Amino acid sequence: MIKPLTSIDELSKLRAELAARPRPEVEIRVCSTGCRALGALEVCEALEQEIESRDLDRRVRVVRTGCHGLCAGAVAMVIDPPGIFYQGVTPDDVPEIIQSTVLNGEIINRLCWADGDRVIARQEDIPFYKHQTRLVLRNCGVVDPRSLEDCIAHGAYSALPQVLSAMSPEQVISEVLASGLRGRGGAGFPTGRKWQFARAAAGELKYVICNADEGDPGAFMDRALLEGDPHLMIEGMLIGAYAIGSGQGIIYVRAEYPIAIEHTQIALARARQVGLLGTNILGMGFDFDIEIRQGAGAFVCGEETALIASVEGKRGMPRPRPPFPATSGLYGKPTNINNVETWANVPRVIQQGAVTYSEIGTEGSKGTKIFALAGQVRNTGLVEVPMGTTLREIIFDIGGGIPRGRKFKAAQIGGPSGGCVPPRYLDLPIDYDSVEQIGAIMGSGGLIVMDEATCMVDIAQFFTEFVQKESCGKCVPCRVGTKRMLEMLTRITEGEGELADIDRLERLGQMIKQTSLCGLGQTAPNPVLSTIRYFRDEYEAHILEKRCPACACQALLTYRIRADICTGCTACAKVCSVGAISGEPKQPHTIDISTCIKCGVCYQTCKFQAIVVE
Amino acid sequence: MCFSRSRSASVTYQVQECFGYLPPPALKEISQRTNIRLSRVYGVVTFYAQFYTEPRGRHTIRVCRGTACHVKGAGRVLDAACRELGITEGETTPDLMFCLETVACLGTCFLAPVMMIDNQYFGRLTPQRVQSILRDYQTKQ
Ligand SMILES: Cc1cc2nc3c(=O)[nH]c(=O)nc-3n(C[C@H](O)[C@H](O)[C@H](O)COP(=O)(O)O)c2cc1C
Ligand code: SF4
Ligand code: FES
Repeated sequence: MIKPLTSIDELSKLRAELAARPRPEVEIRVCSTGCRALGALEVCEALEQEIESRDLDRRVRVVRTGCHGLCAGAVAMVIDPPGIFYQGVTPDDVPEIIQSTVLNGEIINRLCWADGDRVIARQEDIPFYKHQTRLVLRNCGVVDPRSLEDCIAHGAYSALPQVLSAMSPEQVISEVLASGLRGRGGAGFPTGRKWQFARAAAGELKYVICNADEGDPGAFMDRALLEGDPHLMIEGMLIGAYAIGSGQGIIYVRAEYPIAIEHTQIALARARQVGLLGTNILGMGFDFDIEIRQGAGAFVCGEETALIASVEGKRGMPRPRPPFPATSGLYGKPTNINNVETWANVPRVIQQGAVTYSEIGTEGSKGTKIFALAGQVRNTGLVEVPMGTTLREIIFDIGGGIPRGRKFKAAQIGGPSGGCVPPRYLDLPIDYDSVEQIGAIMGSGGLIVMDEATCMVDIAQFFTEFVQKESCGKCVPCRVGTKRMLEMLTRITEGEGELADIDRLERLGQMIKQTSLCGLGQTAPNPVLSTIRYFRDEYEAHILEKRCPACACQALLTYRIRADICTGCTACAKVCSVGAISGEPKQPHTIDISTCIKCGVCYQTCKFQAIVVE
Repeated sequence: MCFSRSRSASVTYQVQECFGYLPPPALKEISQRTNIRLSRVYGVVTFYAQFYTEPRGRHTIRVCRGTACHVKGAGRVLDAACRELGITEGETTPDLMFCLETVACLGTCFLAPVMMIDNQYFGRLTPQRVQSILRDYQTKQ
C-alpha cells in the first residue's frame, strides 16, 4: 500500500521505485471488461490456477486489463513478451497456452488472428493494429485499471506535476487552446475556449463535469476508457480543474455500464487514498475531489443542460442557452462539461506540448479520434486513428472489410444525430468539418457499417423511432414532428407510402432542425435527410414497387422454398417455432405464408440456400 | 439511509434498490423526508427509464435495440424472447419470473445482437439461442 504523497518528489520517487520492481518474465494480459460477456473472468481464473499449480507464480503474471480493441476476438489476450495476440480463448485452452506458448515459446495457430491462410501471431503485425495510432488508448488493455501502482508505473499522473509546479492556470489554458483540441462528445467545440469562459466566469465555487453518458447507441469508447484506464481521465479532470479554478468534479456515467462504474469508483478511492485527490494535492496547495453520479437511462441527459438538471435531481430536460453552463451551470455555478475522451486527451497535450500534439490531424481537427467500429464489419472493436483518416482505411484496412463477401453500402456516423455516408465518400478524410459537409456529424465516434442487406429506409425509421422515444417532450417540433416523421416512415416500410411522403419528410425534417430547442431535436432528422439524399431510390422502390431492395422490411417480404434445391433434410421444419413448414423427409418442403411470422430462422438454418427471401 | 447529502435521483435510486420498485408509499416517504413535493418526485421517477413504479420480475431481461444490434437482427431476437415468454416489451410474466425490457445500447455492440439477463451478457444471439437460454433459466428455477 502506497503512503499518501505529500510532494511532487514523492510521486517521482514512487514512480522510480515501481519501475525498479522485479518484473515477471511474462505478462498475460486478458481483457476482463468487454470480453467478460464471453467468459473472460473464467479464463483469468483458469490461468491463475494453472500458474499456481505449476508453481510459476513468480515468473508469470496474469493482468486483468481493459479492452484490447479487437473486440471481435473476445476473449482476447496478449502474452508479453513476445507480444502474441490470442483470440477466442476459452478456459479449455489455458493449459496448452501455458505449456506451449509461455514455457516452450510455441505459437498456437488456432488461437491466432488469421485471414484465410495467413496467420499472424504478433499483435503489432495484425493489420487491425498496424494501421492505428493508439495514443489515448495506449494503456488500455495494458494496465490493470484497478491498480493505481500499475497505472503510475505506466505513466499515469506524469503531466499533473508539471502543471502544478511550473504552469499558471492561464498557461495551461493557452497550451490547450494552441493544441487545437476539440470536444470529442459531439459538437467539437474548442476545449481551450470553453475553459477560458469557465475561468473568466465570476464566482468562487466552480464545477467540472465529465460526461460519460454515452447515449449514442452503437458507441462504446467512453465505456472502454473508463473501464480500461480511468486514471487518465481523472488526471485530465485534475488539470482542467486547476486551469479553471474548480474544486469539485463530477463524473456522470450511465447506469448501463456497471463495470465502468466499478472501475471508476475504485480509481477515485485509490487516488484519494494517496492524496492525488482531496486537499493540498501533492503539497501544492490545490484542492479537488470528484464524485460519481449515475445516469438513469435517458439519451437526452447527455445534452449538457439536461445532464446538469439530472445531477440536480430533476427531470433531465434541456433548457435554453444562454446562460451557458460556463457562467451558470450546476446549482447555478460556473460549470465546465467535457466528454470522457476529451479529458483523456488533456494529459498528452500537456506532456507533449501543443506543438507536438497538433502535428497529428487535419487543419481544423487535431489529434486522434477513437471510433467504435460495429455492424457488418469483420474486426468490430475500438479504433484510434489520426483525424483525417479515410473511411476506407478504417473500414477496410483496419476493420477487415465486410464479412461473407457482401458489398459495403453505407457507414452510419454520429448515431441518432448523424447520417449515413455512401460508398462514394469512402476516400474522404474524416474530420469534424468534412463529416458535417456530407450530412452526418462526427458525434461521439460511433461508426456502424452497413452492407447491402441493410435497408436505408428501415435505418431511418429505426433512428426516428429512437429519437421519438427519447425526445423529452419540451418542444413541439421535436415531440410531435418526429412522431409524424415516424408515422410516414412506418407507412413506407410497410408498402403503404406515397411519393409525396418523401417531400413531406424533407420539409418537416428541415423545420424540426430549425425550430427545436436542443441538439436532440436539431439533429434528429439527420438520419432521414441523409438517407433521402443518398438513397432516394430505395425510398422509391418501397413506395412505387412495394419492394424492399435489401429484403429487410418484414412487411414486404415473403419466404419461399425453392423446390429444385430443397433436399428435404427437414432442418427448417424443425427450427420453425410456429410450424409453418411442412413436407415429407427427402421431399421438397413448403412454407405456409399465412402462418409464417417471417422470423428468418429457416433462412439462416438452411445449408443448401434453398430458402429465398423476396 | 442518508437523505441529507443529495436531493437528487440517487436517493430514489437507493430506495428502489431496497424494494425492487417504487410503490406509492415509498414515493410519499421520499417526498416527506427530502422535502420535495410528491408531484416533483413522481415527475422525476416517470422521466427516467431506470425507475419502476410496478413490481418487477425476478429476472430482468434487457434486449438491446441499439443500432449495431438492429443491423444484426435485434428485432428477431426480441420477437423470439416475446414468443418464448408470451409477453411483449415492457411487460412482466404473470408468475413474476421475468420482465422484458429493451435498452438503447449495452455498450457491447461488438457482440451484436446482445441481451442481458440481470448482470450477465449474452452476445451473438440467434432466435434459437434466445429460446434455449430462456428455457435454461426457466428449468433452473
Ligand atoms: C441529445 C444529446 C446527447 C448528447 N449525448 C452526449 C453524450 O452521451 N456524451 C457526451 O460526451 N456528450 C453528449 N452530448 C454533447 C454534450 O451536450 C456536450 O456538448 C459535451 O459533453 C461537451 O463535451 P466536449 O466539448 O468535450 O465534447 C450530447 C448532446 C445532445 C444534444
Ligand atoms: S429538442 Fe426535443 S429533446 Fe430537446 S428540448 Fe426540445 S423536445 Fe426536448
Ligand atoms: S447497439 Fe446493442 S450493445 Fe450497442
